[in-house]
Amino acid sequence: MKVLTLNFLTCAVKTCKSSADSFPLHPKDAELAHDDIEINPELLANVLPRIDWTALRTTSTELGFPELPAQPPTVEELEADEALLKELHSLLLETQMMEGKLVCGCCGHEYAVREGIANFLLPSHLV
Amino acid sequence: MASTSSSLPSASAAPAVARLAAGAPEAETNGIANANADAEAYERANVHSVYEAIAPHFSATRYKPWPAVAQFLNTLPRGSVGLDVGCGNGKYLGVNPGVFMVGSDRSAALVALARDRLKEEGGVLPTGTGVKNAVRDETSDVTNTTATSGSRSSKEGITDVLVADGLSLPFRDGAADFAICIAVIHHMSTRARRQDAIRQLLKCVTAGEAGKAAGKVMVMVWALEQGSSRRGWDEGGEQDLLVPWVLKTPQQKQPRQPKQSRKQKKGAAAQHGQEGSDAVVVAHHANKSGEPPVPGPVPGPAQDQDQQEPAAPATDAGGGVSHTDPVFQRYYHLYRKGELEEDVLAAGGLVLESGYEKDNWWTVATNNGPTLSEEQ
Ligand SMILES: [Zn+2]
Repeated sequence: MKVLTLNFLTCAVKTCKSSADSFPLHPKDAELAHDDIEINPELLANVLPRIDWTALRTTSTELGFPELPAQPPTVEELEADEALLKELHSLLLETQMMEGKLVCGCCGHEYAVREGIANFLLPSHLV
Repeated sequence: MASTSSSLPSASAAPAVARLAAGAPEAETNGIANANADAEAYERANVHSVYEAIAPHFSATRYKPWPAVAQFLNTLPRGSVGLDVGCGNGKYLGVNPGVFMVGSDRSAALVALARDRLKEEGGVLPTGTGVKNAVRDETSDVTNTTATSGSRSSKEGITDVLVADGLSLPFRDGAADFAICIAVIHHMSTRARRQDAIRQLLKCVTAGEAGKAAGKVMVMVWALEQGSSRRGWDEGGEQDLLVPWVLKTPQQKQPRQPKQSRKQKKGAAAQHGQEGSDAVVVAHHANKSGEPPVPGPVPGPAQDQDQQEPAAPATDAGGGVSHTDPVFQRYYHLYRKGELEEDVLAAGGLVLESGYEKDNWWTVATNNGPTLSEEQ
């Protein structure tokens, strides 16, 4: 599971979705791995506007990465700043959460991540 | 990363053919909650557990994208964020390298396959004969493709996969620019659930508000009208069926009976699975007594070996059917003409485009904003 993916995920429990506490999910006991992926500045710039930056900052901090700037870079800023490009590429695309849990801040449910795959199937009482 | 082993079910753990444990979903019950729980249990037995059991085999016959779906994906703006709900082995995830796609599936076994294959192929699934021995076998070369090492090509898209139920998706509302749901919704056993599945998809994409392009959802389902196929299904026929998947076991060096070789394709694809063989058809919704559906005879000439399902255009999945090959039954609701559009409207969506492609209906719809809030 990529950090980028985490930015689009919330709790699968329907009643949690309207709560601000359900996003982003909070990593717990996370084991991270690093994939080597060739950098693609264009794709990164294109996806940037779709990212919830505030949530990304939270996730980044919770995973132990250095704090991200308060405001997202503009596409122009990103394209001009090679160091920032590399940092975001590394965080969003190359960092994988391999093991651990994703915890909903609303209902407290913990979703398991195993071998890099998060499982959002709910126990029957939560469906 | 050392995550090569997947947790596929062993053959011995596979459910038996006739395991139609749960009652028919639309049978009389004590209320909506019960009906929904029944439908869920029914789908668990007649869809989910089957895919867990046949996952590697199924995956090996699923590598060609439907042209209509590929075209939809290839016309998306670069940098779009999309979902593939019911992604199976992930064959659509790498179609457009300019977008970021997250695939989800109810089957952990299929998701693990999708992850492994995307990793090995660098985002591009093998075409043609890449996967030989579909059946899990320690001694077989499950894939003859070579894992690439080191840095991957920048021409790939970004993809990820996870396990989720189509009716309880973990995607935040409006998160995506598009979503596809191919050959999935016809596995849901009540109309309310099929419409709810479409509603969940629509909620995942951006609403068409001022200054914002409305997200698009493409849905494709198996059609009732299959006049050009040899399955024998067509307008006016039964829409709720159990369709067999014959799990081909590796051919042993034993003499074949003439009956088996009659339909045998020339060697090549003999170890692929296919479905539709000896198509047993079950009309479970005709049964209102709450009894589990019971297999019935085949109405019409549904005996050919070349049958495909929506997810598999033009695969050559021939092969003789041995009496020892396990057969799994999967529930299908075959959509009649116009029904998919009706379901999109009922879910609060707006139909942009519709079409028919070789035994399938498809539609592209948008999130129509306020109407979606009428969720049940
Ligand atoms: Zn929750």
